[in-house]
Amino acid sequence: MDAVLLSRLQFAAATMFHFLFVPLTLGLSFMVAYMETKYVRTGDETYLSMTKFWGKMFLINFVLGVVTGITLEFQFGTNWSRYSAYVGDIFGSLLAIEATTSFFLESTLIGVWIFGWNKISKKAHATVMWLIAAAGSMSAVWIIIANGWMQHPVGFDIRNGRAELVDFWAVVTNTFALLQLVHVLAGAFVLSGFFVMGISAYHLLKKQNVTFFTRSFKTGLVIGLIASVVVAVEGDFHASEVGKVQPAKLAAMETLWETTNRAPLYLFTWPSQKDERNLIEIGAVPGMLSLLARKNIDAEVRGLKDFPRDERPPVLLTAYSFKGMVILGMYFILITVIGFFLKDRLTESPLFLKLMIVSIPLPYIANQLGWVVAEVGRQPWIVYGLMKTSDAVSPITASQVGISLTAFILVYGVLGAIGFYLITKIAVNGPEPVGSPETA
Amino acid sequence: MDLQITWFFLWALLWAIFFMTDGYDFGIGTLLPFMGRTETEKKVMINSMGPLWDGNEVWLITAGGVTFAAFPILYATMFSSFYAVMLLILFGLIFRGAAFEFRHHVEDEGWRGFWDLCIFVGSVAPAVLFGVAFANIFQGIPLDQNGVYHGNLFSLLSGYGLLGGIFFLVLFMEHGAIWLALKAPGDLEKRADLLANGLWWLSLAVALLFLIATKLKTQLYANYYANPVLFLLILLNLGLFIQTKIFLIRKSYFTAWLSSALTILCCMFFGFIGLFPKVLPSSINPAYSLTAFNSSSSPLTLKIMLTVVLIFIPIILAYQVWTYYLFKDKVTEADLEMEEAY
Repeated sequence: MDAVLLSRLQFAAATMFHFLFVPLTLGLSFMVAYMETKYVRTGDETYLSMTKFWGKMFLINFVLGVVTGITLEFQFGTNWSRYSAYVGDIFGSLLAIEATTSFFLESTLIGVWIFGWNKISKKAHATVMWLIAAAGSMSAVWIIIANGWMQHPVGFDIRNGRAELVDFWAVVTNTFALLQLVHVLAGAFVLSGFFVMGISAYHLLKKQNVTFFTRSFKTGLVIGLIASVVVAVEGDFHASEVGKVQPAKLAAMETLWETTNRAPLYLFTWPSQKDERNLIEIGAVPGMLSLLARKNIDAEVRGLKDFPRDERPPVLLTAYSFKGMVILGMYFILITVIGFFLKDRLTESPLFLKLMIVSIPLPYIANQLGWVVAEVGRQPWIVYGLMKTSDAVSPITASQVGISLTAFILVYGVLGAIGFYLITKIAVNGPEPVGSPETA
Repeated sequence: MDLQITWFFLWALLWAIFFMTDGYDFGIGTLLPFMGRTETEKKVMINSMGPLWDGNEVWLITAGGVTFAAFPILYATMFSSFYAVMLLILFGLIFRGAAFEFRHHVEDEGWRGFWDLCIFVGSVAPAVLFGVAFANIFQGIPLDQNGVYHGNLFSLLSGYGLLGGIFFLVLFMEHGAIWLALKAPGDLEKRADLLANGLWWLSLAVALLFLIATKLKTQLYANYYANPVLFLLILLNLGLFIQTKIFLIRKSYFTAWLSSALTILCCMFFGFIGLFPKVLPSSINPAYSLTAFNSSSSPLTLKIMLTVVLIFIPIILAYQVWTYYLFKDKVTEADLEMEEAY
């Protein structure tokens, strides 16, 4: 294996692991802030207990997000130095803006939130969590603008042998990035909603702390239901935009080989990259793909054969990640709608509660699949249409990357296992009795 | 031209602030196995930096991000050349950060021992390796005309590189010991005070050794000979060193800590000013060196980033000063009993 492939694997491992923690941080921070505000407003100790219980899991998750995020910022330099030198003028500034405007606030205030219970007023303490949540989402804004630029580069000129910024406003108002942002944030909220619902369901099934977990469940339900609908509706616009700016990716997502008018959507296909066709095609819905992608049943959709062989993404992986994400997305809407009707008799719905427990990992899978579509579907480009991934790697030896990749897998494996153990332990143990020393 | 010079000094400042702030965390982490005799003492040590370490670490992210934004070619060359060093630093930081949060969740000696080890290694390794990295930056590394590095991890671990590592570690240990004297109650305070006084002599000795080695092994003094007024910086540095000692003797720990922080800032600037305008010298041929002029971003990016930094760095400093003020008191038993405490 060469340094390119190993570096890609290493970046994939590092980002995918990082993104196990990011979505929960994004969503749960707002829920904890909401619970704490309810406590401050009503004085109801159950809300304080909720804040502390969910806050504890939030903190474990948060620290794993932080430590795995740092490596990402430096991996552009260690492994992708040619990319960094070529596009740093734009991409680097977005990362630096993220750190100065958002991540700083989040990381500084997290210490205040953890250690400041007796140092600042209750109101101020709750405000701190709102600011942490807002700063987290602001971080996402800048990171997604940076990734959105790799997906659809705008506002630059090629000068002095590199991409130089000419229009900052175009970069930050990149439609593609903004659509992606809504998708990522809504996806994060789905995940967080299901996390809270799933753990609450576990305790409701055992009829423990029923008030506490019914309230928690409903908070998760509201977030999960709204976000599931948003992510799907936005996903539709998002796919159309992909068709416009990254036609090869859309063709791979839908395994469309020939450019066609009235392009069909298949219920099942099995594509073969080598044979440039689908070996199996079942259940064509004529014109459906044209309708979804172009909002016109007769419109033309470009097929993969329109692109040179070496400019097509891996079709099977892109297509199946996409299909998996879509199916899960529909499931999230279905199950949260059912939850909406059962919300006032949760303890009498054991089957539904069991379903919610086993559903906890599903939004994690959907989030990861979404990133696979975004990143694998963009290949062979690192910056779409501008720079190929194979031209982006550092002048480093494959053996160096091999060693570091192994280290990443070992370290992240250990940390992931420990994080999972701790969060599960806290989740299963349930909340501490209300009235612990510092609240008395 | 002026923009690039401004950015050179901002770049230097951001790295220096990172070492000023997270430096004492590294120091306390290094001292943990030696100073923390009981579980309570260990907890005091960890909680003395508990509310602040994460905010301190973001200076690294910002310094790295600003290197990327303002000097993308430097960012690309520096981190790919220092591949193994950088990844070892990052793994160290990962374990340190995880340890702070994970340690208190399980009441088990083996569990805590493991995380104590992580804090120790995750503090010593970044402190030493950052020292190695910056000593190599000051000295220059074998870069060819395409900015490709011709060396490996072991060529970075030269005598001068290792001396840089020791220098950083000793400075941070002293910085950490002073912070501990400021934050720890009772017996631990007394021992931290004693240690800080001892480490002061050690760091002075290593600093002088480093000054001499720098003369022998690098071109850093060229700028100083060209503008002898710059030698005042070394005098100022010495003054700050002495001031730290005076405040230590008076047991005025906060001002001692502040002096020690400024000493670290000054030490970093001693190197950066010698380096200017180079940001990464080539030891193969001076003409292949990266400078603030040949490795920077476009004027537009530099201007936008300057605006961002001039607005936000003062805001960050303001809220960070507020958090330092909020957690200025000694770590108490009530602090350790809090559910969320480390």
